[in-house]
Amino acid sequence: MPEVNTVSNVISLQVVNKQYGNETVLRDINLTIQAGECIVLVGHNGAGKTSLMKLMLGLTRPTSGAIEILGKNPAFSAAVAQRMALGYLPESVMFYEAMTGHEILTFYAQLKGSSEVECKKLLALVGLGNAAREKIGTYSKGMRQRLGLAQAMLGSPQLLFLDEPTTGLDPVLRQHFYELIDGLQQEGATSIISSHALNEVEARASRFVIMKAGAIVACGTLDELYQQAALPVRLQLSVTPGEASGVAERLGADVNIDKVNNQSIKLSCLKEEKMPLIRHISSFGEVVHDMQIMPPRLEEIYSHFMNGGSL
Amino acid sequence: MKLLWTLALKELRDGLRNRWIAAAIILLGTLALALSLLGAAPTGSVRVSNIDITVVSLASLSVYLIPLIALMLAFDALVGEFERGTMMLLLTYPVSRWQVIMGKFLGHVLILFIAIFAGYGGAFLLMIMFTGSSIEGWQAYAMMMFSSLILGAVFIALGYLVSVLVKERATAAGTAIGLWLVFVVLYDLLLFGALLLDKEQMIGQQLFSALMLISPTDSYRIFNLSMFEGVSQAAGLAGIASEADISGALLMSVMLLWVIMPLVATLLLFQRREL
Repeated sequence: MPEVNTVSNVISLQVVNKQYGNETVLRDINLTIQAGECIVLVGHNGAGKTSLMKLMLGLTRPTSGAIEILGKNPAFSAAVAQRMALGYLPESVMFYEAMTGHEILTFYAQLKGSSEVECKKLLALVGLGNAAREKIGTYSKGMRQRLGLAQAMLGSPQLLFLDEPTTGLDPVLRQHFYELIDGLQQEGATSIISSHALNEVEARASRFVIMKAGAIVACGTLDELYQQAALPVRLQLSVTPGEASGVAERLGADVNIDKVNNQSIKLSCLKEEKMPLIRHISSFGEVVHDMQIMPPRLEEIYSHFMNGGSL
Repeated sequence: MKLLWTLALKELRDGLRNRWIAAAIILLGTLALALSLLGAAPTGSVRVSNIDITVVSLASLSVYLIPLIALMLAFDALVGEFERGTMMLLLTYPVSRWQVIMGKFLGHVLILFIAIFAGYGGAFLLMIMFTGSSIEGWQAYAMMMFSSLILGAVFIALGYLVSVLVKERATAAGTAIGLWLVFVVLYDLLLFGALLLDKEQMIGQQLFSALMLISPTDSYRIFNLSMFEGVSQAAGLAGIASEADISGALLMSVMLLWVIMPLVATLLLFQRREL
C-alpha cells in the first residue's frame, strides 16, 4: 500500500513575484513539483520560462514569495551543497572557448566530485568521444549542446533543469537526447524542461505549465488542459460516395459540421458530446465506412491559452 | 579547499595556455636583466653593491609595471564571465560565490608569483652567474620580489572590484587603466603638487608620511627603497622611513589592507549580484 505522505515536493513556489526595476517578469507563480515528474514549460519567448528556472536554481532571488528546492531556499548559501543533486543546461550554453571538451567536463566533474571515468563515459554517451581533445572554440552548435547535456548529467542529478535543450540538434540527436533524459527519469530524476518543440514534448511530459507574460495561465496533464480549454474534438467520417449530404442531414441541426465532400464529412463536438454522437453515427449502418477521432493536440491547447482562452 | 584549488588551477592553466605567463616572465626577466647590467656601470665611488642598485631601479620600474600586469589579469575575471554567460553555469555547481572569487584570486596570484619569481629571480641568477658579483644583498632582492607579489595582489583585488562593478568588458578595461593612472601616477603628482604649493607648510612631516602611507604604491616604494641600508643609500633616500618612524611591518600591513578591502567589497557585491 503506498502511503500518501511519502509523496514529497521537490520544488515548491508560493506566490512568487520577480521584478527587474519596474518590469515584472514573473507574477504570482504558484507551483509544486513532485519527485519523478517531468514538467514541461511552454510559452512565447519572454514569457518568463528562463526567469523561472533561474529563480529555482538560486541564480536570482524573488522580489516576493517563497521558493523551496529540495526543502531549501536555493538562493541561500545553505543550498550550495545540495547543488550536487542539480543539473542545468542553459539556453544557448556557453563554455570557456580555449578549453577542450574533455578539460571542461573534467573541471565541472571536479566541482561536483564526479570521477574521471564518469567524464569519459558521458562524453562517449553524447557522442563527443572523438572530439574530446579539441578546443570548444571549434565545436558546432550541436556539439556544444551535447557537451552541455553531458555536464548537466554529471553526478546523475536528482533534479534536471533543461532550457530549450533540443535547439540546434538534428532529429536523430533529438531522439538520442530524449533517450538519455528517459534514462535519468527512470532512475527517479525529476526534470523541468522548457521547450518550443511542442510535438516533441507532448508525449513525455507528466504535466505542462503554460506561461504567458510572466504568469502561469494553465497547468496540468494534457488531459486536464484539454478539459479546461473545452476545445472541440474533431471527427472525420468516410461515407459511401454520393451519400455525404444525406448523412450530414441525418446528423441533425445540433451537430457542428465543418465540411462536407462527396464522400467525407468533417465535424466537431465537445468532449462530453462525443460518445452520444458516436453512438448516433454508428446507428446509420454501413453507409459510414470509417470514422477518425482527433482530440486536440498540445499545439491547439497552447494557442487556445495564448489567445486568452477565446478561439 | 579542494574546490578552491580546482578553480585556481583552471585560471593557472588559462594563463599558461594563452601564453600570458610566458609573456610576463619574458617581460619582467628582460627588464630585470637590462637594469642589472646598466646598474653595474655607474656605481662609482659610492661603493654600493650592484644588487642594491638593481633593487632600486627594479622597484622603481615595478611600481608601474606590476600594477599594470595585475590589472590586465584581473579586470576581465568577473565581467568577462558574466558577459560570456559562463558564470551562470558555474554558479549552478556546488561552489559558493566566495569560493569563486577566492579561487580566481588564488589562481591569479599564483600566475603573478610564477611571472615575478621566474622573471626577476631568473634574471638574478643570470646576473650572479655572468657578472660574477657577490650575492651579498640578496635579502633586499628577495624582499623586492615578495613585495612586488603583494603589490600585484593589491591590483588583482582592485581589478576584481572594477570587474564586478561595471556592466561591460570594455568599460572594465577603461576603468582599470584609469585606476592604474590614479594609483601609480596621479596620486603622487597631486601629493607633490600640493607640497609645492604649500608655502605656509601646512602639510607637516606627519601628514605627508600618512598621505604617502595610505597609497599602496608609495608603501611599496618606501618599503623597497628604505628598508635595507645599502639600498636606501643607493636610492639616496637614507633615513626617510626611519625618520618618519615607519616600520616594514606597517608598510606591509598597509599593502595587505589594500588587498583585503577590495576583495571583501568585491565579495559583497558579487553575493548580491543576480545573473
